[in-house]
Amino acid sequence: MKTVKTLVAAAALAISATAAHAADTIKIGEINHYKRLAAFAEPYKKGIELGLKEVNASGGVLGKPLEFIFRDDQGKPGEAIKIAEELMTRDGAVMLTGTILSNVGLAISSFAAEKGYVYLAAEPLADALVWSAGNPYTFRLRTSTFVQAAMLAEAAAKTDALKYATIAPNYAYGKDAVEAFKVNLKKLKPEVEFVTEQWPALFKIDAGAEVQAIEAAKPDAIYNVTFGPDLAKFVREGTTRGLFDDRNVYGLLTGEPEYLEPLGEEAPEGWVVTGYPWYDIPAGPGLDFVKAYEAETGETPKIGSLVGYMTVQSIAALITKAGSTETSALLGAFPGLKVETPLGEISYRDVDHQSTMGAFIGTTALKDGAGVMVDWTYKDPEAYMPSDEEIKSMRPAE
Amino acid sequence: MGLFVAQLLTGLANAAALFLVASGLSLIFGVTRIVNFAHGSLYMLGAYVGLTLMNTLPGAFGFWGSIVLAGLVVGLIGILIEICVLRPIYRAPELFQLVATFGVILVIQDLALMIWGAEDRLGPRAPGLKSVVRILGEPVPQYDLALIAITPFILFALWWFITRTRIGILVRAATQDREMVGALGVNQSWLFTGVFFLGAALAGLGGAIQLPKGGADLLMDLNIISAVFVVVVIGGMGSIPGAFIASVLISVLNVFGVAYIPQSTLVLIYVVMAVVLTVRPYGLLGREEKAGEHGQVGEVERPIRPVGTRGRAFVFVLLVVLACVPFVGSSFLQVLITDILIFCLFAASLQFILSSGGLVSFGHAVFFGGGAYAAALLVTYADTPMELALLCAPLGAGLLALGIGWFCIRLSGVYFAMLTLAFSQLVWSLVYQWGAVTGGDDGLVNIWPSAWLSGTTAYYYFTLAVGVGGILVLRHIIHSPFGYTLRATRDSARQAEATGIDVKRVQWLAFALAGTMAGLAGGLFVFSKGSIFPNELEIGKSFDALIVVFLGGVKTLSGGVVGAVFMESIKDWLTRLEYWRLILGLVIIGVVIIAPDGIVGSLRKLGERIGLLKEQESMR
Repeated sequence: MKTVKTLVAAAALAISATAAHAADTIKIGEINHYKRLAAFAEPYKKGIELGLKEVNASGGVLGKPLEFIFRDDQGKPGEAIKIAEELMTRDGAVMLTGTILSNVGLAISSFAAEKGYVYLAAEPLADALVWSAGNPYTFRLRTSTFVQAAMLAEAAAKTDALKYATIAPNYAYGKDAVEAFKVNLKKLKPEVEFVTEQWPALFKIDAGAEVQAIEAAKPDAIYNVTFGPDLAKFVREGTTRGLFDDRNVYGLLTGEPEYLEPLGEEAPEGWVVTGYPWYDIPAGPGLDFVKAYEAETGETPKIGSLVGYMTVQSIAALITKAGSTETSALLGAFPGLKVETPLGEISYRDVDHQSTMGAFIGTTALKDGAGVMVDWTYKDPEAYMPSDEEIKSMRPAE
Repeated sequence: MGLFVAQLLTGLANAAALFLVASGLSLIFGVTRIVNFAHGSLYMLGAYVGLTLMNTLPGAFGFWGSIVLAGLVVGLIGILIEICVLRPIYRAPELFQLVATFGVILVIQDLALMIWGAEDRLGPRAPGLKSVVRILGEPVPQYDLALIAITPFILFALWWFITRTRIGILVRAATQDREMVGALGVNQSWLFTGVFFLGAALAGLGGAIQLPKGGADLLMDLNIISAVFVVVVIGGMGSIPGAFIASVLISVLNVFGVAYIPQSTLVLIYVVMAVVLTVRPYGLLGREEKAGEHGQVGEVERPIRPVGTRGRAFVFVLLVVLACVPFVGSSFLQVLITDILIFCLFAASLQFILSSGGLVSFGHAVFFGGGAYAAALLVTYADTPMELALLCAPLGAGLLALGIGWFCIRLSGVYFAMLTLAFSQLVWSLVYQWGAVTGGDDGLVNIWPSAWLSGTTAYYYFTLAVGVGGILVLRHIIHSPFGYTLRATRDSARQAEATGIDVKRVQWLAFALAGTMAGLAGGLFVFSKGSIFPNELEIGKSFDALIVVFLGGVKTLSGGVVGAVFMESIKDWLTRLEYWRLILGLVIIGVVIIAPDGIVGSLRKLGERIGLLKEQESMR
C-alpha cells in the first residue's frame, strides 16, 4: 500500500506545482541542470532568487512582479528543448535563460533562433554561442572563455617560462580554452613551445597518470583547465608528487569558489588564476551584493550566485528598456543594453551579443586553512576580445 | 625505465578501487543473475559514508576503521535493497530486476544530495602515508603502494572465502546451477541476501578506499559504472580473479594511454573491450553459459495473435484522437506527443529484438543516435536536403546494425548484451572524442526540417504518420513468417536449426531491422530538436529504452510502446518537482513490485482474473 500512497502524494504534489503561478506576472523561463550539476546550479538559483526579491521589492518591472519558472532538464539537450517550448507556449514565459552546460546552451540557442525566442545564455562556457554558432536571438552574460584564457596568457608571457604543458577536460570547452591560451600566448611570445597536451575525460581523470605524463615532459609552466572533482584529484596527485614545485601554474576558473573551496587547506599556492574573490571586495555595489547574499542565504556567494543575480538584473533592465515584453521589442532593446551590476556597469555588445562582464585575475594563497585569491585585479574584457572583423567573420551570416 | 615502472605502479594503484567495485558486481551477477545498475550508487555511498566517518573518528585507526565500517554500512544498505526491492521480483522475467535497480539509482542520487549537500568533498589523506617514495628516481605516493599491497590481500581473502568455506562452496554452486542448489535444500533467498551484502560491501569499500586519491561527489555513481561493466565483462561475468586481471589490465592500459594517446583514452578502453569479447566471447576467465539457455526462463510466453476487433477499434479511436490534438491541444502538447511518439518507435524497435528475438541489447541507443548523427552529418557537411537526410538515418543505422550485429549475434544471453554495450560505447566514445567531425560534446546544431515541415503542427502530423507507421510495420513483421521464424530461434535455437532455419542469419536480419527502425526514430528526433549531442547514444539512453520495455512488459507485443508512453508522461510531469528523482525512483520500484509482468502483462492477467478478457484457447 505504501507505493500507492507515494503515487497519490506524487500526483497531489505535481498538481499543486503546476497550479502555483497564476497571478499577473512577467514570467521568464529558466532551464538548468539543477540535479545533474547541483553543486553549480544551486548557488546560481539562490542568486536569482535574491535578485528577484530585490527587483520585486522595488516595484517589479513595467509595474508587474518578475517571476522565474525554474525547470530541470536532467542535463539533456533534447529535454531542454522540449521544456523551452513548454515554457514559451504554455507557461507564458516572455523569454528564456539559464544553462551551465555548453551543449544544452547551444541546443537552446539554435532552437530559439528557429522559433524566434529571445535567449539569454547565463553561464555556458562555449564561445561558439556568440561566435561560430551565434545568432540574432542569443545573448550571453558570462565572461567568455577566450577572454579569460587571454588574461592568463598575458600574465604567462611576462615570465621566463618557455616550455608549457596543458591539461584540460577532453570536450569542447577544454579544447577552446587550450586553443585560446595557445593563440594568445604565441601572439605575445612566439618562442614558447607546448611540450605536452593532456586531455583527461571530463570527471574521469586518472590524476596519477596525468601528473606523470606532464612531469615526464619537463615543462617550465602548466596551464590547467580541469575543474570540479577532476581539479581536486589533479591538485592532490600533483602536490603529492611535487609536480607544482618551482613551476608557474595558470588555472582557468580555478579561483572560483565553486572549485577552490572544496580543496580546503590543500588549495594550491601561487597559481595565477581567474576566479571570484568575494571575501576581498571593497565597499561598493560588489560588497553590497556579498552582504545581501550572505544575509539572505546564510552562505557565502559563489561565482554562480553572482551570475544568477546579474541575470535577473540584465533581464529587468532589458524589459524596462524595451517597455514591453514582445519579442521584437526585447530584441531591439538587447544590443547595447547597459546594466548596473555588482561588477559595475556592463553592456551587451552589438557585434556579438556578448556581455562585457569582466574577470578577476589573481594569485592563489592559503589563508586560515582555505584557498583564496590575493593580489587580484578586475579586468575589463574588451581589450582581450578578438577584433570586430574577426568576430564578424566567425559569426554565421544573418 | 624509472618512468615506466612508476606508470605501472600508478596503474596498479588505480586498479584497487575498480577491482573492489567490479568484483562485487561480478559476484552478485554470478549468483543472482541480477545486472545491478545501482552498483555505482553503492560505490558513491561508500565514499560519502567513509568521508563522514573519517571526519569523526581520529587518527590512523579512525582512518582505516572508517574504510572497513563504510564497507559494512554499505553492505547493510545492500541487504535493505535486496530485501525490499529485489526479493519480491525474483520470479519475474530474466533481467527484469535491472529496472528496479535503475529506480534505486534515482532514489540514492536524491537522498545523497539531501544528506550530504551538493558541494564536492575532498577526501582526507591517509595518516602516515602522505608523501612519496622515490623508486628509480620517480616519485610514487605512499598511499599508492598501500593500495597495491591491499588489493592482492583482498583478492586472496575472497578466494579463500569462495574456495575454502562452506558458504563459498554454496556460492560457487549457485553460480553454476542455482536451481540445483535450491533443490538440494539450500535456502536460496538467504544465500542471495548474503551475496548481495558481500557485493555491496565490496563496492562501499571501493568507494571509501579511493577517498585519499579523490573524494566524494554526486556524479561518481554513473562515472564509474561503465568502467566497472567493462572490467566485469573483460574478466568474465562471475569470475573474481577475472575481475582482478581485467581491472589491472584496464588501469595500466589507461595510464599508458594517457601518456601516449591522451586524446583518445576513452576510445582505447572500448576498443580493447570489443577486441577481447570478439576473441574470447565469455571474457578472459568467464565460462560459457549453460543453464537457462534452452527454452525460456520463467513463465512461458503466450502464443501471439492478431489484435481482435475491440483492440483494433481502440487503436483506431486513439489515432483519431491523436489526429485531433492540433485542433484542441496547445502547441506544447504537440511537442510532447512528438517526443513520446519518437521514443515509442525507439522502444518498439528494441522490444522487437528483445521480446520476439530474445536478444537483449544493452546498446540499442547506438542505432538511435547513429541514425540521428547520419542525418545531422549529411546536413552539416553536404547540405543534404532534409528529406534525403531523413531517409539516410534508418539506412545508416541499419548498416551500422549489420556491422555490429555481425560480431554480436555469435553470442547469446548476457554476453550478447555486453558485446552490444561494448560496441555502442565504442561508437559513443568515437563521436565524443572525434570533435573535428562530430563536434564532440558540443554536438551538431541547426539541423532543422525543410520549410513545409517547419511548423510544430506539420512536424507533429509527420511524426505521427512515420512513427505509428514504423510501429505498425514492426508489428506486422512479428506476425509474418519471418516473425514466427525469429521466435522459433528464440525459443529453441537447436530445434529451429534442426528444422532448417539459419538461426544466426535470422537473428542478424532481425537485429539489423531493429537498428533500422531505431535509426528512423533518431532521424525524426534530430529534426524535431534541431540538434544532436553524444548523450543520445550514451549508455543511459540505451537503458532508458530497456527500462520502458521491461516496465511495459517484455512478454507482450505492445509493452515497449505502453511503457514508453507511461515513462515519458510521468517524467514530464514529475520533473517539475524538487525531488523528482526520488519520486520517480520510488514510482519505478513500486510499479516493478506491483506489476512484475510489466504494465501490459499484469493488466492482462488482472483483466483475465476479473473476467474482462478471455484466456486464450491455446493456453489450456
